[in-house]
Amino acid sequence: MTAAELIATAAFKSGVYSQAFPAFGVERRGAPVQAFVRFSDEKVRLRSQIYEPDYIVVQDSSLIADVDVFSGLKEGGIALVNTENDSVEGVPDGVRLITIDATSLALEILGLPITNTTLMGAFAAATGEIELEALEEALRERFSGSLAEKNVAAARCAYELVREEQ
Amino acid sequence: MLQIMEGSHAVAEAAKLCRPEVVSAYPITPQTHIVERLAEMVADGELDAEYMCVESELSALSVCLGASATGSRVYSATSSQGLMLMAEVVFNVAGMRQPIVMSIVNRALGAPLSIWNDQQDSISLRDSGWFQLYGEDVQEMTDQHFIAYKAAEQHDVLLPGFVCFDGFILSHTYEPVDIPTQEEIDAFLPPYVPYNKLDAKAPLSMGMYATPDYYMEFRYETDQAMKRAGDAISAAGREFGEMFGRDYSAHTESYRMDDADVAFVALGSICGTVKDAIDEMRADGIKAGLVKIRTFRPFPAEEIAQALAGVPKVAVLEKNISVGSAMKGAVGPEVKDAVTGTGIDVYSYVIGLGGRDIRKKDIRAVAALAEKGVGNMFYGLRTEVL
Repeated sequence: MTAAELIATAAFKSGVYSQAFPAFGVERRGAPVQAFVRFSDEKVRLRSQIYEPDYIVVQDSSLIADVDVFSGLKEGGIALVNTENDSVEGVPDGVRLITIDATSLALEILGLPITNTTLMGAFAAATGEIELEALEEALRERFSGSLAEKNVAAARCAYELVREEQ
Repeated sequence: MLQIMEGSHAVAEAAKLCRPEVVSAYPITPQTHIVERLAEMVADGELDAEYMCVESELSALSVCLGASATGSRVYSATSSQGLMLMAEVVFNVAGMRQPIVMSIVNRALGAPLSIWNDQQDSISLRDSGWFQLYGEDVQEMTDQHFIAYKAAEQHDVLLPGFVCFDGFILSHTYEPVDIPTQEEIDAFLPPYVPYNKLDAKAPLSMGMYATPDYYMEFRYETDQAMKRAGDAISAAGREFGEMFGRDYSAHTESYRMDDADVAFVALGSICGTVKDAIDEMRADGIKAGLVKIRTFRPFPAEEIAQALAGVPKVAVLEKNISVGSAMKGAVGPEVKDAVTGTGIDVYSYVIGLGGRDIRKKDIRAVAALAEKGVGNMFYGLRTEVL
């Protein structure tokens, strides 16, 4: 949910309306959870869950074996997957796969295997939907002091990595 | 200025801006982030209030009742089973005419246990004597807190109010919201001036027993006050609109109702999805519209009748079930009553109970059922598990 919240905040700071919400279940770190984000030039009124996303972000690639994470992903959509491998099984045709080893990056920069911010940096670079500056601003609001700076560094690093790959 | 915020946190900000002197809540499930944030505000000195953490919701509202009786502005928030445990005191607060405002984060009731959204909790207490406001989005539900206090505390009203909004769908959603400043709210909502209060120097009793010679008159007076609450909500909503540009003088909001062949009537967050569905239907040549109910108690029958005038079919979307009733939902019969004699067909559709997701295609399907004259039913049942 933190990742969704950060995307929505950064999108809002990039100048669009946004909405982020969890797939309302048991929110417990480590349990499989889903969260959704919408952004639009107009106020977002729709409240249903998202069944046909333009983008999906998979924070833990081990979920792919259990859950059809690609379900409904639009043709031409982007799947951003946190994995140490270059390939991912089951990616539908017409979907652009972007992989990043966000866990190693997070361990290296934050000292913790929490991938929200690295993936957000990668998302910004992969989709062009949010500006890096807006993401950094969102991170500085969400976290404080050295933690904020570490998260900004993690996001930037992931952003650059994905930009280079493209 | 718009800022992005979680619904619960926006409501906590709204509650703080209303300067409650006493906040009491039971902090454990099914509670929300609202009182957690308020507790932080009190601890950090941001909010000058007595925060009383208690051992149950029954105690929470009892504390609120006592505090309000001493002349304080009082706030609480609850949800689902928590509201049910409060039920006895809910009626007492109304009977003792204490203008408490409480946020109701709408969630289903057990059994079976469900943590998800519907509106069974607040709808089940519609007869208690609290007015009930329902918000469609984080902005509306935030603003309704200011309006609720202003209306509740009028001396010709003195009734408590629920500000209801859908659990998770609004309480846990991050979206842009404009939170007024303290100066602005101070200008809109002056300090509470009690009509009477518990005072050792001038003793009085509240909530004494009433013999059959008096009890009916108490309930009659409460009903009369509820009627006036409607006017007070409207007046406060108009004044709020003049100050903040968001007008809530009407108890309902009509969306694309001109020349509508089928109209939805609904409360809460579903209205956003309905509006998007209506835009799609209109683009496909289906003339649909929406009458959103903001004030459910007092029930704005006249306003609804005006809004629905000339519409052949009306589909009431109900996130509640009045088990055993002919129309199934609790709102439908009141809408039907409002348009008695007009020839308008009103149907109820029980939808989205216990957090079942509601999509645009579901709204379209309900419209098709209403056009065919099929209604007063559960929509979207999974027949394979029955």
